Amino acid sequence: MKSTTASQAAPTDLATAGAARKEPRPHGRGPRRGIRRQLPTSPWLFAAPGLAIVGIFILYPFLSTLNNAFTDKRTLIEGDYVGFANFQELWHDEMFWIGLRNSTLYVLGVVPALVILPLLLALLVQKHIPGITFFRSAFYTPVVASIVVVGLIWVWMLDERGLVNALLEAVGVGKAGFLSDQWLLLLSAMTVTVWKGLGYYMIIYLAALANVPRELHEAAAVDGAGAVRRFFSVTVPAVRSTMVLVAALSSVAAFKVFSEVYLMAGPTGGPAGEDTTLVMLVQRVGTGLTGRVGYASAISVVVFVVTVALMLLVLRADRKEDA
Amino acid sequence: MRITDENGRRMPVWEIVLRYLLLIAVLALMIGPFLWQLSTALKGPHENIFSSPPKFLPADPTLHNFERVADTIPVWDYALNSLKVAAANVVTNCVGAALAGYALARLRYRGRKAATIVFILAMLVPVEGIIIAQFTTMRELGLNNTLIGVLLPGCVSALNVLLMRNAFLNVPYEIEEAAFVDGANVWQRFLRIALPAVKGTLAVVAIFAFMGAWDDFLWPLIVLSDPDRFTLTIGLNYLHGTFANDERLVAAGTVIAVLPLIILFACLQRYFFRGVGEGAVKG
Repeated sequence: MKSTTASQAAPTDLATAGAARKEPRPHGRGPRRGIRRQLPTSPWLFAAPGLAIVGIFILYPFLSTLNNAFTDKRTLIEGDYVGFANFQELWHDEMFWIGLRNSTLYVLGVVPALVILPLLLALLVQKHIPGITFFRSAFYTPVVASIVVVGLIWVWMLDERGLVNALLEAVGVGKAGFLSDQWLLLLSAMTVTVWKGLGYYMIIYLAALANVPRELHEAAAVDGAGAVRRFFSVTVPAVRSTMVLVAALSSVAAFKVFSEVYLMAGPTGGPAGEDTTLVMLVQRVGTGLTGRVGYASAISVVVFVVTVALMLLVLRADRKEDA
Repeated sequence: MRITDENGRRMPVWEIVLRYLLLIAVLALMIGPFLWQLSTALKGPHENIFSSPPKFLPADPTLHNFERVADTIPVWDYALNSLKVAAANVVTNCVGAALAGYALARLRYRGRKAATIVFILAMLVPVEGIIIAQFTTMRELGLNNTLIGVLLPGCVSALNVLLMRNAFLNVPYEIEEAAFVDGANVWQRFLRIALPAVKGTLAVVAIFAFMGAWDDFLWPLIVLSDPDRFTLTIGLNYLHGTFANDERLVAAGTVIAVLPLIILFACLQRYFFRGVGEGAVKG
């Protein structure tokens, strides 16, 4: 990496900057030439690679998704404009409503858990007791592991003959069809999402907790508030804006869920496709040789709209509580 | 041993015990599934992996399953493909995001605000919603079913550009001004002054670029069709779909996929936590 060769100069404060200044200039160029050598094109040269990639692979596809939603474009066929026909079809498409239902249920199930549990976890790992760094790292491991690995691990854990059922049987509860029952499967996938996300949001809360003034806790303790009381009247108000951030991040991510459900329910979305989510539907409808690009784009537009609405909803709820 | 809280007060013994008990319970929940997967991967062909009650330690540990994965799918080729994409993603993101971030933070030119807005908008576009159009774009470019195609859409991420921009903004301007007066041109200022000052953020970008590419699933699933070119995640899904009858094999495959990341993470965990913290503050 370039930074190793440049690190000798590393002028992060004025003393080292002075040292750098004494270095002989390469090829003995005078100061005035330096100014002239900054060609007017060079700022754009700096920004060009990033702008090109983002323009070609993010913004252009975004605009063409909006455009394609009004066409009957298919994988190898250009297609014509069909107005709102795709959206009318969506309205009558049972799979679309199943997808919308499941993605919405996912938000409702996952978000409260991801707002509350990581906060409790952060409180648990906040105190600097011996070995706490190890525990923090260990709790973060599921975040690091790829979603496919996590999905396959839990498919095996929740299998008919897997560990969870074996343990349930050993304690006399009996087996459950975690991967075969429509609702249990969705619930299992949510559990996996929460399990994988805990560590990530825990770190965000840790950063927020570090900023809570210690005096507040001390004052409350002097006033005789117990741990539970202090949690609700000191900690929660202090990290409330972080809770809103976590709610926003996790609800947008939950609505767009794909991998967990795809891996656990299979490409067709579980029994009779009842566990399909909206993004799974986009992937299934829009790809392959018979892919209906136009129709999949229309579903994508719904995903955009709901995502933006979710963000606004969370932010508005935040403002209301302020008032 | 005396354990004190942040005020230097001694923590009561019951609280210490309770804390460690809770920590160990959560530890079992977070790490247990990985260990169970490792245990399954190490169990031999004659060992009952469905025994009740379950056996956590393999009776006769063997590495045989790892060889068998390689016989079933070209798992080492897949790992190499993932490694190529991830390494390239690190280089392109570090270089591209540093250059663009510097242009946004430090250089004066017409259109700078517009360029910043382009990156902010791009960051807000949900990737899941545009994959079909990305796929169509990639086909028009003739890059479908190639590793270049897997790499390109994320090779300079807008989020990284904005992270680098913020990092450059925090470098005191006076240092660069001094260099400018001394005749350093824009490239010299960038390479020798600005870049070394933001090494921390650059490391964060590098780590997340590696992880993001190594872990990505949806996009490679869409863009790659030829099993010879699969990355590890797609290969694992393929292994799971085709040979789901032997859990030992799938388990061995996942261990191969996750081990490099866990080792990388263990070495660099400091930067991970800093990265998430910074992302949260600036997100």
